[in-house]
Amino acid sequence: MGRFFKRASLVLAFIAVFAACAAAETPVLRMATTTSTDNTGLLDYLAPLFKQDTGIELQWVAVGTGNALALGRNCDVDILFVHDPESEEEYMKGGYGVDRKQVMYNDFVIIGPKDDPAGIKGKSIKEAMSIIASKKVPFTSRGDKSGTHMKELSLWKTAGVPVPEKEQWYIQTGQGMIQTINIAAEHNGYTLTDRGTFIKYEDNHKGNPPLVILVEGDEALLNQYSVIAVNPERCKEVHYDLATKFIEWITSPRGQQVIAEFKLLGKQLFFPNAK
Amino acid sequence: MDYILEGLINGIILLVSGDEETYSAIWTTLKVSTMSIIASLIIGIPIGFVLGYFDFPGKRILRTISDTLLAMPTVVVGLLVYAFISRRGPLGSLGLLFTLPGIAVGQTILALPIVVSLTAEAVEGLDRQLKLTLLTLGARGRQLAISSLWEGRYAVLLAAATAYGRVISEVGASMMLGGNIKWHTRTMTTAISLETAKGEFDMGIALGLVLMLLALAVNAALSAFKKRAAQ
Repeated sequence: MGRFFKRASLVLAFIAVFAACAAAETPVLRMATTTSTDNTGLLDYLAPLFKQDTGIELQWVAVGTGNALALGRNCDVDILFVHDPESEEEYMKGGYGVDRKQVMYNDFVIIGPKDDPAGIKGKSIKEAMSIIASKKVPFTSRGDKSGTHMKELSLWKTAGVPVPEKEQWYIQTGQGMIQTINIAAEHNGYTLTDRGTFIKYEDNHKGNPPLVILVEGDEALLNQYSVIAVNPERCKEVHYDLATKFIEWITSPRGQQVIAEFKLLGKQLFFPNAK
Repeated sequence: MDYILEGLINGIILLVSGDEETYSAIWTTLKVSTMSIIASLIIGIPIGFVLGYFDFPGKRILRTISDTLLAMPTVVVGLLVYAFISRRGPLGSLGLLFTLPGIAVGQTILALPIVVSLTAEAVEGLDRQLKLTLLTLGARGRQLAISSLWEGRYAVLLAAATAYGRVISEVGASMMLGGNIKWHTRTMTTAISLETAKGEFDMGIALGLVLMLLALAVNAALSAFKKRAAQ
């Protein structure tokens, strides 16, 4: 039996080591963000530089904007990096967040098969959406309350088309942007994406992807990203001091320059516009 | 087709070259699954032993519950634990969400019924003569119980190996509770799921290979235990 207890104490020692590992502290800032900042690799690029400048380690959970806001409401993260101004404003009104700052933007684009079976190339966004709906060509939607999904819903509205919720050709993936693009490609269909993720997708396909940009450049397609600190008065455990440091850093000339320098295939993915 | 082959080759290159991100996911998986398997053994063996060794009212119902929980979907466990450990939840103050101990809690709950049911079965399956023999040898109370458990050790190890198989291959709870945070809570399975979602297969294939090797190792250990238990 002695051996058994020896083993048991070894096991307990193991657990103690794990516990100690968990307790060993570099300051950690926990962020909830959108899939675009993660999938493109922007945060992978930015986090080490942020740590170098401030000594703070950035950890992030990549979900849709709706989900990120929910994490903020539940006090499960310290800061949000999101892109749906309308729901962000509602979130601020609810008193869940503080210090909301614009950080950067890019734009949304409609992508589809190279041969463009619906014939939307070069049309205005309004026209393009109603052509897609009337021709019933496959269109994939995130369907997950992400910033991109919310934008898509507003685009149907401006085009005067009811959201094709139950239509056969309207495919709600419930997944991240890249996955949604891949599903669109499998169906030879169309989708709405932010330009940053599209460039990443292009890069994945070595610059020759099955889907290409067909509609772009409309004012309605602007994609604004903001940071919001989780309100420390509602959520006692959040690291508000670290969140503040991140907001200061990302909106500083240094942080803004870092964003501008992030490129794939020689193309800039995000454009700093801190205010 | 060639992207699959390309992925396989790149996957092997990642493994051989000791790619940091790939090994971080492997290491994270081993860490968290070790935590959960140890916890489930510490909690589960005594419960399983009591269920298998003693007769008491309600025993059958408890066994049925434990057997039913064997089939509990990982995402349901993820959802339940998430609700409890979120800051808004009753255990929120522990700050477990998006940490390895958080994942370990979920995995422990998944592994526990396996350990309990298989331990109980192992103890029930012990030779009835054994108890008599031990009694005539003068064993009493706790001594008797521990000796019986010791006799069933191979069967208990089998339970541990089976539970380990469930824990390392599980993705739903790890994704929900760990948040798939790079370098921290990204396990092999959640990394594979992410890489597939990104349409990048190299690292997914590399990790898939490691997972399959681990499954092979667990199964080899299982059949070795079975062999020794049969002797």
